[in-house]
This record gives sequence, C-alpha cells and structure tokens, in this order.
Amino acid sequence: MIDLLTIFVLAVFVGFEVVSKVSTILHTPLMSGANAIHGVILVGAILITGHATSGLELVLGLLAVFLATVNVVGGFVVTDRMLEMFKGHKR
Amino acid sequence: MTVQLIYLVAALCFILALKGLSTPRYARAGNLLGAAGMAVAVVTAFVHGVEHNGLLIVVAIVLGVAVGIPAARSVKMTAIPQMVALFNGVGGAAAALVAFTEFLGVTEPDVLFRIATVLTVLIGSVSFSGSVVTFLKLQELMTSRPVVLPFGQILSIGVAAVSVVLAVAVSVVPSGFLLVLLALAGLAFGVLFVLPVGGADVPIAISLLNAFTGLAVAASGYVLANTLLIVAGTLVGASGTILTRLMAQAMGRPLANILFGAFTAVAATAASGEQRTVRAGTVEDVAILLGYAHNVVVVPGYGLAVAQAQHAARELVAQLEGRGVSVSYGIHPVAGRMPGHMNVLLAEADVPYDQLKELDDINPGITSVDVALVVGANDVVNPGARDEPSSPIYGMPIFDVDRAKSVVFMKRSMRPGFAGVDNTLLYNPKTTLLFGDAKDSLTKLLAAVKQL
Repeated sequence: MIDLLTIFVLAVFVGFEVVSKVSTILHTPLMSGANAIHGVILVGAILITGHATSGLELVLGLLAVFLATVNVVGGFVVTDRMLEMFKGHKR
Repeated sequence: MTVQLIYLVAALCFILALKGLSTPRYARAGNLLGAAGMAVAVVTAFVHGVEHNGLLIVVAIVLGVAVGIPAARSVKMTAIPQMVALFNGVGGAAAALVAFTEFLGVTEPDVLFRIATVLTVLIGSVSFSGSVVTFLKLQELMTSRPVVLPFGQILSIGVAAVSVVLAVAVSVVPSGFLLVLLALAGLAFGVLFVLPVGGADVPIAISLLNAFTGLAVAASGYVLANTLLIVAGTLVGASGTILTRLMAQAMGRPLANILFGAFTAVAATAASGEQRTVRAGTVEDVAILLGYAHNVVVVPGYGLAVAQAQHAARELVAQLEGRGVSVSYGIHPVAGRMPGHMNVLLAEADVPYDQLKELDDINPGITSVDVALVVGANDVVNPGARDEPSSPIYGMPIFDVDRAKSVVFMKRSMRPGFAGVDNTLLYNPKTTLLFGDAKDSLTKLLAAVKQL
C-alpha cells in the first residue's frame, strides 16, 4: 500500500511540473488532451468486466467500457482536430 | 511482470504527451504519443486481464468508438468546450461504475479498499453531473447566467455533509445500498456545485471537473491495485489543477471568486433607470472610418465564431492592409468560450499567427489606435471590469479600447454579453454601433471599403 502511495505522491509532482509553463494559446488543447488521458479508466473497466461473475457486474462493467471508450477516442480525436489547425501557422 | 513494464511505458507516454501539449511545436506529436500509449495499455489489459466476456467487451468498445469518433469529428469548433465537458463527464461516470462494480465482486473488502471505493464513486459522480450541467449551460439548453437557488448555499453544504456522512458510513460498514445513496448524493452535489457558476466562468469549472475525474481515476487505481490508473489519473488531477489556476489567472480573478462569486455578488447590476443614448452608424460610415485609418485593431469574440465570420474578417483585414492600413487582431486570453479558443478559430480561417496580438502587446499603444473594431466580443472590452469594483467581472484584464481614438462595435442586438453584464462602452460618445449579423456586416463592409 505504501508503494502505491509513493507512486501517487511522485505523480502529483510530475503532473505539476509538466504543465507549469504553458501559453494561453494551448490551454484548450491541453485540457482536452488531459481529458483523453483520464480515459485510461478504460483499462480498469476492461479488467473488471473480464472478471465479472454476476449479471449485474457484467452490465455495469460493459457500460463502463462503453463510456470510457467514448472518453478516450473522442478526447484524442477532438484534441488532434484542434491542433491540426495550428499546423503551418508557426512563425 | 511484462504487463507492469508495458504499463510503465504507457505511463511515460502520458507524461510526454502532457509535456508535448504544453508547447506549440510538439503539441500534436504529444497528443498522438498519448493515444499510442493508451492503445498499448488497452490491448495489454485485454490480452492479459480478461478471463471471460471478451466478445462482449469488444462489442462495447466498438460501440464506444462508433459514438465517440463521429461526435468528435463532426462537432463545430465553436462547440468544442461543451464537447470536452461531455467526454469528461462520461469518464467520471465510468470511474464511478468501475469502483462500484469491483465493490460488488469483493467479498471481504478491507478499510483502505473501501475508502478508495468511496472516493472514486463520490468524485466520479460529482464530475459526471457537474459536467452535464456545464454542457447544458454552454449549449444554451439552460440559462448561462449564475443560478442561485433559494437557500442554495445551505443546500450545497447540506448535501456535502450528507455525502461525507455516507462516505464514512460505507468506509465503516461496506454496504452496496449506502454506496448507491452516496453516488446519488455526489450527483446532487455536482449539480449544486456548477449551477452558481456563470457565463464566461463555466470553462474554468470544466477544467476543475476534468481534474476531479483524474482524481477519481487515480482513486480507482487503488481499488484495482493498478499502478497505471494511479499514475495517469494523478497526472491529470495535478496538471488539471494547475491548468485551472492558470486559466483563473488569465481572467485575473481568484478561483474561489469564480466558483462561489454568485453567492456573494448578487447585487451590483442595474445601473439606474436613466435613459442613455447609443450612436448607430451605417456600413458606409464605418467603411470610411476604417479605410482612412492608419492603424486598426480587430477584437474578435464568440459572436464572430458563431456567425462563422472568421473568413469574412480575414478578407476585410487583407483589403485594409492593401490600402496601407496597419491591422492586428487583439486576442483576449478568454476570447471565445475557453482560454485559447479564439486562436483555434482564427487558425482555422488561415489568419497568420503573427497578426494575433495579446493584451500586453495592444494596451500600451492603444491611444494611438485609430479604430478598434469589436466584432462579436463584449465582456473582454467592458471598461466596467477595470473601473467598477461592483461589476461581477471586475478584475478581469480587458482591452482598453475605450482609450482608442474611436470604437466600432459590431453587435447583433443590445443584449448584454455572455456574462450578462451591461457594457458602458456602448454608450461612449466615441463608439459607433453597427447592428447585424457579424458575417453579413463584415461582407458588406468589405464591399464598401472596395468602393472607396
């Protein structure tokens, strides 16, 4: 358990560090990209559904898989669409 | 062991993705790297972690892709913020469902497991319902003004207290029924939390809820003892919190004021019933003003984007430059509906990057600007934000266009802006109003300037 806590604390600092200097131009794409990354809950949804034994667990698990998939693919695609528009406009 | 190593690689991809997204040059590559890491993690989880129901899982994923990709591809650039809110909401719901389902399957949950479950379900529910309300506000399916319910503050505190009690209860006595009640309390709190947030502040709430979902995912990582979920969720939680603060700073206001401001600053509007006059001009008047100016600043706002007038604006600017007028765009950090949103919209219309100027580039030289052309913007040029401490948007940095030699204000009507605040600039004697749809007016202006 302390291992997990260590990982958590270190990840907090990494998270603070990576976005500490970001221009306002990129606020929206960055938020959207981070949004896609928390779609990693899909991994959790797949794991629980893969071990589901009762019907209720299966239904809830599948619903979670579906919602998480929407979060992941929608998040990455919409971020890419935004960033595509900046292409070729750099100084 | 191999599985853990692959998860580590995926986690590194996510860190580099966030890093890349913070710099214009590597933003797109960063996003693609994040997607690649995600694909690797998902395939690994599927291959190594699924004992049964494999086919059903694939069907659910295919359905999710079938919904997510068309939605993300077809959404208009103006509607991006509410789309992000929806994706965030479903992520929060998924986290809550994962923790709930795992809780059902475990026979003798220990205390730490129960606490992690409680946190995931609670935060995930808040994030889901809060995101739905932000979506409704931005989509204008409900009022975008702050909504303060009677006894709203007491109600929020009450629901929060009930949530805490339920959370402690489930941590002590593992009960599926209490956990459902906790989820319901979380849903109610999410709604109450976002209702008082108004207008231009909604994107800040989205960013905060985004960080919440990250934390819910991190907590679910404890529930499943999965390091990847902990790392990725925490990354988003931490970076989302920083991003929320940066956004609040860009608006020049403390976060607490944005979230709870509606409870305290209810008064302040309605500047007496006196009759004030505005001056409306014709397209020809404005064309002459622009055509013979030396330098012009265009301040675009959400109205420009809604009217899809980016291209018309660019053509008018090109025509003016052809006449030797020096033109730049003043881009407010929160122009559009989200910080950075206007840059995306103008990039879509091929406006050169170096014509886009920020507050600090424009304001010092504003007194020598001949014409400030305000297109579909309102709150970002409202002098009240600078001069009237009673204004709800007081403290937000603005373009000081009222100090330019003249102002042309293109508006659809006399309706106030997204924040619902009256704008004294409209009654300034230097201001000429040009009523009409932004695209329509700009096209007419272009024709009139050509005639000069």
